[in-house]
Amino acid sequence: MDESVIDRAVYAELRDTTGAEFVAELVDTFIEEGPGMLAELRAARVESNAERFRRAAHSLKSNGRTFGAVKLTALAREFELKGLDADPVRDVGGLAALEAEYARAVAELKALRNG
Amino acid sequence: MAEDTSRVLIADDNKVNRLLLSRSVELLGHRSALAENGRLALEKLRSEAFDLLLLDIEMPELDGFAVLEQIKADPQLREVPVIVTSSIEGLDNVVRCINLGAEDYLRKPVNQVLLKARIGASLEKKRLRDQQKALVRRFVTSEVADDLLQSDFALGGKWLCASVLFSDIRGFTALVESQGPEETIDLLNTYHMLMFDAIGSYGGAVNQIMGDGLMALFGAPLPLDDCAGSAVAAGQEMLGLIEQFNHERSAVNKPAIRIGIGIATGNVVAGYIGTQQRGTYTCIGDTVNLAARLEAHTKVAGCSILIDDATQRALGGSVPTQSLGEVPFKGKAAAVEIFSVMAGQLHGQS
Repeated sequence: MDESVIDRAVYAELRDTTGAEFVAELVDTFIEEGPGMLAELRAARVESNAERFRRAAHSLKSNGRTFGAVKLTALAREFELKGLDADPVRDVGGLAALEAEYARAVAELKALRNG
Repeated sequence: MAEDTSRVLIADDNKVNRLLLSRSVELLGHRSALAENGRLALEKLRSEAFDLLLLDIEMPELDGFAVLEQIKADPQLREVPVIVTSSIEGLDNVVRCINLGAEDYLRKPVNQVLLKARIGASLEKKRLRDQQKALVRRFVTSEVADDLLQSDFALGGKWLCASVLFSDIRGFTALVESQGPEETIDLLNTYHMLMFDAIGSYGGAVNQIMGDGLMALFGAPLPLDDCAGSAVAAGQEMLGLIEQFNHERSAVNKPAIRIGIGIATGNVVAGYIGTQQRGTYTCIGDTVNLAARLEAHTKVAGCSILIDDATQRALGGSVPTQSLGEVPFKGKAAAVEIFSVMAGQLHGQS
């Protein structure tokens, strides 16, 4: 397991304050909702809709923070603060990195949920 | 504890956040309801009672800032405390929330201990405000209470067109002397309850209670479409209720009570008088004096409801009245034509 993907202390606190069973449900919800947020980011990039782009990044950041997904949070926050790049190609590259980090976070969260 | 059953509305467009906040709120012993955006949150706030709103800022359709603005502008909603729960960037945004009336700001993910403390404090503040409001309503009409709570207390008045109703119990002093004090208070409480009910059901507000007498306003502090008609209808209802009350009294061998009612319509000066420390909402002016004189004159004229010519004209023939001619009242330069509301038309019930 990679400590740099999910901050164990944050995850443990979430589990301790809300219950293991509830956190398992919450992880499942995140796994269900995450692809939609990533798709929203891509769609907003295609449409050059800055508001949609910022809001989708904000939502991912917020959930990343909840689970202690450190890198995912940082990448999403960067998009939220920076907004749409003047060069779409740079955003597309960034989005691929974000999606890869999301996949890693989900894999870690699944392991933690089952562990 | 009352706090245990508090209802908390959670407005957040993100499902993970909604579920987590809902869980946190329920772990604290409160009940939660969910809204996916600002528009739905306002709809829920307007249709159901909530003790607290946990509000996200970044939301589609209507964001948290717009929700705060609408809550602030709506007298029905602004009593609901709002705690903003967001991970929005920038201190200026947090300041904006507080300026728009939010009680507090909690950064997401929300710390459970902080959430408990903030919810507790907000609910306690709301409880105290509700208590204060209930206390104010006990001593003034709900219209005056709303006015006071919205615009604060300021001495001063304005001209309004209103109908003023005076009533009192005939021969009350003799009645008091013939029975014990507890029985008198009991009688007065029942009597006032009936009179308040009749007056309130026609949009009037009891402004003053003077022992067995009372003064009610129709059209002040809030305007009323047909203040004269409402005042006369309330007077008739008062007589009808007294008649029923007398039936109950006669069943236990108690004497019947009779009331006299005087109603006048016209301009009054309405507002708060007194001192900055203690004031009262009232209406003053010729119309008020005339209503009091008419009420006193019911004893002389031997009828239950007397109205002035302005009230009679405003009725437009909808209620049968009988002219008793012009009567010179003390304090009035010219004699006033007065009318008796026809006894046969009282309260329309057998």
